[in-house]
Amino acid sequence: MKQEYADIIHRCFRCGWCKLPTNYQDFNCPAYLKYRFETFSSGGRMWLLRAWLNGDITTSERLQQIFFSCVTCKNCVEACALPHIKDKLVDIFIAAREDLVEKSAVPPPVRDYLKAMSISGNPYKKPQAERGTWAEGLDIPKYTDQEYLFFVGDVGSYDEVGMKMARSVATLLSDTGVSFGILGEDETSDGNDVKALGEAGLYEHLAKQNIGILNERGVKKIITLSPHGYNAIKNEYPEAGGNFEVYHYTQVLGLMMNDTMPKGTLNAKVTFHDPCYLGRWNDEYWAPRFALGSIPGIELAEMDRNMKNALCCGGGGGNFFTDILGTGKDSAAQVRVSEAVETGAEILAVACPLCYKMLDDAVKAEDLGEKIRVMDVAEIVNESRK
Amino acid sequence: MDTIYKKIADIVGSNYVSNAAEELYIYSRDQGVQPARLPDYVVMPNSTEEVQKIVALANKEKIPIVPMGGALVLSGLTIPQRGGIVLDMKRMNRILEVNEKSHYAVVEAGTSQGMLQAYLKKHHPKLKHSVPDAPPVATIGGNIAIHGSGHLSQSEGGFHTEMVTGLEVVLASGEAVKLGSCSTVPKWFSRAPIPDLAGLFMGWNGTTGVITKIGLKLFPSPKLKDVMMFMTEDVDSITDILFRIIDTEMAEDIAFFVSPKPAYFEGYQLIMISVVANSEKEMKLRLELIRESVREYIDSKEAGFLPLPPYMKVKLVGAPQKNLSEFADVMKGGGFEYVGAIMPVESIPEAYRAGLEITSKHDITYSMGARIVGRGSCVMFYYAYPFNRADSKNIETVAKALEETNEKALEIGGIPWKTEISGQQLILERMEPGTYKMMTEIRKLLDPNGIMNPGNWEVQS
Amino acid sequence: MYELKFDPAICEKCKSCDCIMKCQYIDMDLEKAKEEHRKLVRGEDSEILTQCVTCYACEEYCPYHNHPFYLIVERQEEKGIHPVPKPIEKSQVVMMAPKGRIGEKAAAEPVINLCYFPMLKGSISGKLYEGTSLILGSDIFCNLMFLHFARNSVIKERLPAMMDNIMKYHLNPGGAKEFICYHDECYGTYTSWAPAFGMEVPFKPIHLFDFLYNRLKELKSDIKPLNIKVAYQRPCSSRLCPEMDHFVDDIFELIGVERPEREYDRENALCCGGVLEAQQRFDLTEENQTKNIEDMKATGATHCVFNCPFCFFTLMGKVSEKGMTPILMSDLCRMALGE
Repeated sequence: MKQEYADIIHRCFRCGWCKLPTNYQDFNCPAYLKYRFETFSSGGRMWLLRAWLNGDITTSERLQQIFFSCVTCKNCVEACALPHIKDKLVDIFIAAREDLVEKSAVPPPVRDYLKAMSISGNPYKKPQAERGTWAEGLDIPKYTDQEYLFFVGDVGSYDEVGMKMARSVATLLSDTGVSFGILGEDETSDGNDVKALGEAGLYEHLAKQNIGILNERGVKKIITLSPHGYNAIKNEYPEAGGNFEVYHYTQVLGLMMNDTMPKGTLNAKVTFHDPCYLGRWNDEYWAPRFALGSIPGIELAEMDRNMKNALCCGGGGGNFFTDILGTGKDSAAQVRVSEAVETGAEILAVACPLCYKMLDDAVKAEDLGEKIRVMDVAEIVNESRK
Repeated sequence: MDTIYKKIADIVGSNYVSNAAEELYIYSRDQGVQPARLPDYVVMPNSTEEVQKIVALANKEKIPIVPMGGALVLSGLTIPQRGGIVLDMKRMNRILEVNEKSHYAVVEAGTSQGMLQAYLKKHHPKLKHSVPDAPPVATIGGNIAIHGSGHLSQSEGGFHTEMVTGLEVVLASGEAVKLGSCSTVPKWFSRAPIPDLAGLFMGWNGTTGVITKIGLKLFPSPKLKDVMMFMTEDVDSITDILFRIIDTEMAEDIAFFVSPKPAYFEGYQLIMISVVANSEKEMKLRLELIRESVREYIDSKEAGFLPLPPYMKVKLVGAPQKNLSEFADVMKGGGFEYVGAIMPVESIPEAYRAGLEITSKHDITYSMGARIVGRGSCVMFYYAYPFNRADSKNIETVAKALEETNEKALEIGGIPWKTEISGQQLILERMEPGTYKMMTEIRKLLDPNGIMNPGNWEVQS
Repeated sequence: MYELKFDPAICEKCKSCDCIMKCQYIDMDLEKAKEEHRKLVRGEDSEILTQCVTCYACEEYCPYHNHPFYLIVERQEEKGIHPVPKPIEKSQVVMMAPKGRIGEKAAAEPVINLCYFPMLKGSISGKLYEGTSLILGSDIFCNLMFLHFARNSVIKERLPAMMDNIMKYHLNPGGAKEFICYHDECYGTYTSWAPAFGMEVPFKPIHLFDFLYNRLKELKSDIKPLNIKVAYQRPCSSRLCPEMDHFVDDIFELIGVERPEREYDRENALCCGGVLEAQQRFDLTEENQTKNIEDMKATGATHCVFNCPFCFFTLMGKVSEKGMTPILMSDLCRMALGE
C-alpha cells in the first residue's frame, strides 16, 4: 500500500454519508445495497483495511469478497463528507486489491478473469482473431490515416450485446460523416477493469501494448465505445506514455457533430442512465443527453438519481466479469431498472456496453420487458431514422 | 456447525447473518473512544416477525441482543458489552404510511432519516420531520431509542421522542406489542388518551425491547428558508438573548455555538437562528421580530447579526449539515466524541466555562454549543472533542476529558444524554433509589433473562 | 504619524457643504449641516458620526477634495464610535489579518492584484489575462474595508507592511513597477487614501477598468458585441476614484453594451447594502436594495454588472430573483470575447 494511502486510512470517520446519494433517497453504494452489512460500505472497507494492515484481521475469503465487491462507481467519492480523503477512497480500495492480488488472495472469479486476460487477452477466452468480427458486413475500414480510431474494447468485441452496440455506434458515426477506422484483430484490451481489479502489472502490459500499436499506426484521435476504455486512455495512458485526444462516442454525437448526425423522429419517453466511468469518473453528463435531446419527438425523463447521483448498474470495477455482487432484488441493476420504469419511460438509454448488458439482464430478471427496453444512444438515434 | 448460527440463518436467511471476523470486528466498535467488544453474531432482520423469532431464540438461549440503527451514537451504546447478537435494523426501512391530512408518518425503525426526508420531499413536499444533526444514515428508531432532538427543536414537542405518536415494539419474550392509538384503532395519531407505555422504550437504549415501527409527527415545510447568526462576546448575556429570541416564537431552530477555530471566532459566542416562511412578507416579519427582540443589545454595540454571504447561507439552511462530520478530521484522525448534556438554558454560561477549563487542562481542542430544545425549558449542551484514531495517547486523553465532562455536567445540574456506560454509572449514582428500583423492576418484568442490551442502565458491581 | 491632510480653512470657507448636503443618508438643512460639520472639524460630538453609513460618497462630493469621509472615520475612531457591533468588528480584524504565509513569487508585468479574493482566481483566465501574473492574499491585502468599521488605525498599521510585501515578494523579484488592481478599493487605497495620510506608495497602481479597456482594444477583432442592456452597480470604493467611471462607458461601447440611465447610477449610486447590514441598519438595507434593484429592472436591463466582488456577493441572489444575471465586469468582458 502506497504510503500516501496508508497515512490517511485512519481518517475515515465511518459517518456513512458514502452510502447515500446527495438526495438521500436510498442506498447508492451497490455493494452495501446488496449486502447491507456495514463491512460492505466504503467506510466499513476503510476500517477493515486499517485492521488488515495492522494485523487485526486476516486475509480471509470474506475480506476478499468485501474488497472485490466494490464496483468503483465513485458514489462514495461524491458523497463523502471529509474533503481530505474523499477523492482517494476508490484509489485506496484499488490499492488494497493490488495488495490482495499480490498475495494471490482473490475470489475465484477474479482469479479466472485475470487468468483469461493474461492468457487470451480478453475475458471471454476467445481468439484474438475474432476481435473484429463484430464489424463484419458493415464495410468499416481498418485504421490507416483516418481522423479517428474507433476503439471498441472487450465487451464491444466479443459480447453479443456489446457487439450489437458497437455495430450501431459504428453505423451512426459513419453516417454522421466521421472519418474513422478500426484496429480489428490488432486491438488490445484497454485494461481499465484489469487495473480496477488490482492487477497493476497486467494492466501496464496491456496499456503499453496498446500504446505501442496506436503510436505505430500514427493514431492521434480516438473515439471509444465504452466509457471504461475512454477512462483508461484519457486518464491512465498518459502516465504510460500514451497521449491521445480521446472522446466517448456520445461526445461526438452530442457535442462535436450533433449538427451532422442524421436523425428522424422518435416519439418516445426516454430516461438516460449515466455510466460511472463517463459521469462521476470523467464529469461528462450532458453529451449523451444532448445527443438524445436533439432527436425530435424524444421526451427525456430523469430518474431521481441522475448524473452525480446515478446508481451504478453494478458492472463497474470488474464486477461485470466477476459477478461478485450477483443478482437479486437488491442488486444495483435490478433496483436501477425499477427506478427507470418509475419515470414512465419506455426506453432506458445507456452509453456503455457493460451497463447495457447489466440492465438488459435486469429487465428480464424483474420481468419488466413489457414496460421498458434498454437501448444504447446510437441505437435510439438509428431507430429514429427508420 | 454452530447451531445458533443455523437457527438464525433459518429465520433471516444465510445472507443476513454473519459471524465472520470482518463483521464481528466492525460491529464491535463505533466511531468514539469506547473500548471494543466483539459480538458473536450480526443479524439483519427484514420484518417484525423475523425480529420476534430472533428475540425469542435469544431469550430461550439467554443470548444478549443489542439493537442497532445507523450505528452513529459515538458513545458505544451499540457495542455489545456482553457479546451476543447485534441486530442491525437497517433492512427494515419501509415507509409504511404518510397521513398527509393528520400530519403523521409510520415507518419501520431502520428507516434512515435521510430516506424519510427524501420521501417526504418527493411525495409530500408540504411536510417534513425533525432530523437530528447526525448524518442522514442515522435511523428513526435509533434516534428514538436514545431521546434524540433535531432541527425542528422549536416546534411543539422538542425532543424527538415527544414527536412520537406510537410504537410497535418486540419484547424479550418475542411478543410484538403496539403502543398508542395504533393499539386500539388502526391509526397512529397519538399516544394519548390511553396509558402511555411508549415511555418504557424511549431513552432506554434498547434495554427494554426492540422498537420495530414508529409513528412520527410531521410538520409544515414552508418553502422559504433563511438563517441568522447573532454574535456576542459576553457569555453571561446568552441566556437572556436566547429567551428573547425563543419568546418571539418566530424561529424553527435555535442553536448556540462556540469554537476556537477558525481563529476569528475564538472568544465569541454565536447563535444560529433558522427561520422558515411561506411568503416573503412572512419571512420579513419573522426576521424583523427576531431582530427587534435583541434591539437593546444591537444598540449597545455589544452584539449584532453577522452578515452571511449567500454561499454560507446555503450550507447553513440544510439539515443535517454535512460539514459537522468534517469535525472528525480536525485532528487529521477521523474521530470525535461528545458529551451532550441536557440542562436548563440558564446553565449555559457555567457549562461553557467548564468546557473551557476541561479542554485547557487536557490541552485538547473542542467545539461547544447548545441546541435549544422546545420553547426553552432545556438545551442539549454539547462538548465535542476531536481525536486522532491513530494516536492511542490522544484517544486516552479525550476519553478522560469526556469522563470529566460528564461529571461536570451533572455537577452543574445537567444530565449527559445517550451517555457511555461510565456516564450512565454517574447518573445512576445520583438517581433517587426509588427511581432506579422502579427501572430495575420494570426491566425484570419485561426482560427476566436480562438479554436486552445488558450492561446499559444498570449499576455495575 | 500618518496624519490626515485636511485643511479646516477650506471647510470654513465652503458655502455649499456638499459632503453633507449631497449625502443620501443624512438629512439636514444647510445651516444644520454646516454646524454639525464644524463640530466634526473641531473634534466635538456630532450626529454625523452616528448617522454616517460609511458609503465613501462624500469623498466624491467634496469639490475641494478635502477628505470629508476620512475625517469622519478619524473622528469616529477617536470617539470610540462603532458603526458595526464590536464583536463583529473585532472578529473581522482577526479574520482579515495578514497570515504571514507569503513567499517569494516573482510577478512580471502585467501583474494582477486580486486583493484578498481567492474565490475569484478562476475569473483571471482567458484572452484578457493572457501573460499576466497573479498576486493575492491576506499578506498583500489593502485593508481599506476597515473604513467601514471606523478602524483607520488598522489600515495605518497594516498597509505599510502590505506594500513592503508586494514589493519584496512580488514586484522586485519580477522586475515589475506597477500592477492592476482587480478591486478598485485597492486602487482607491493607493491613489486616494495613502496620499491623504501622507503614506508613500512605491509602485504604480492601475485601475482594472483601464486595463480591461486597453486589452479589449487590442482584442477588438475578437469582440462579438453583446447587444444587451446592463445596469451598473457602482460601489463605495469607486467614490475614491470617480475619474475612472468613464471607463465603464468606454468598455460598454467597445463590447456593445448599453448602460441605461437610471436614478441610482453615477453620483447617485446606492450602497449594495452589505455594509448597512453589518451596521445592523436592516430597514435601510432592505429599502436600498429594493429601490436599487427595481430601478435596474425598470430600465429593461438583462444583466447587472459589478465592479466590487463584495457588492456582487451581497446582491447576486436578489438580482437573480428579479430575473437579471449578476456578473462581474471582468466576466462581462470575457463574455464579449466569446468565453
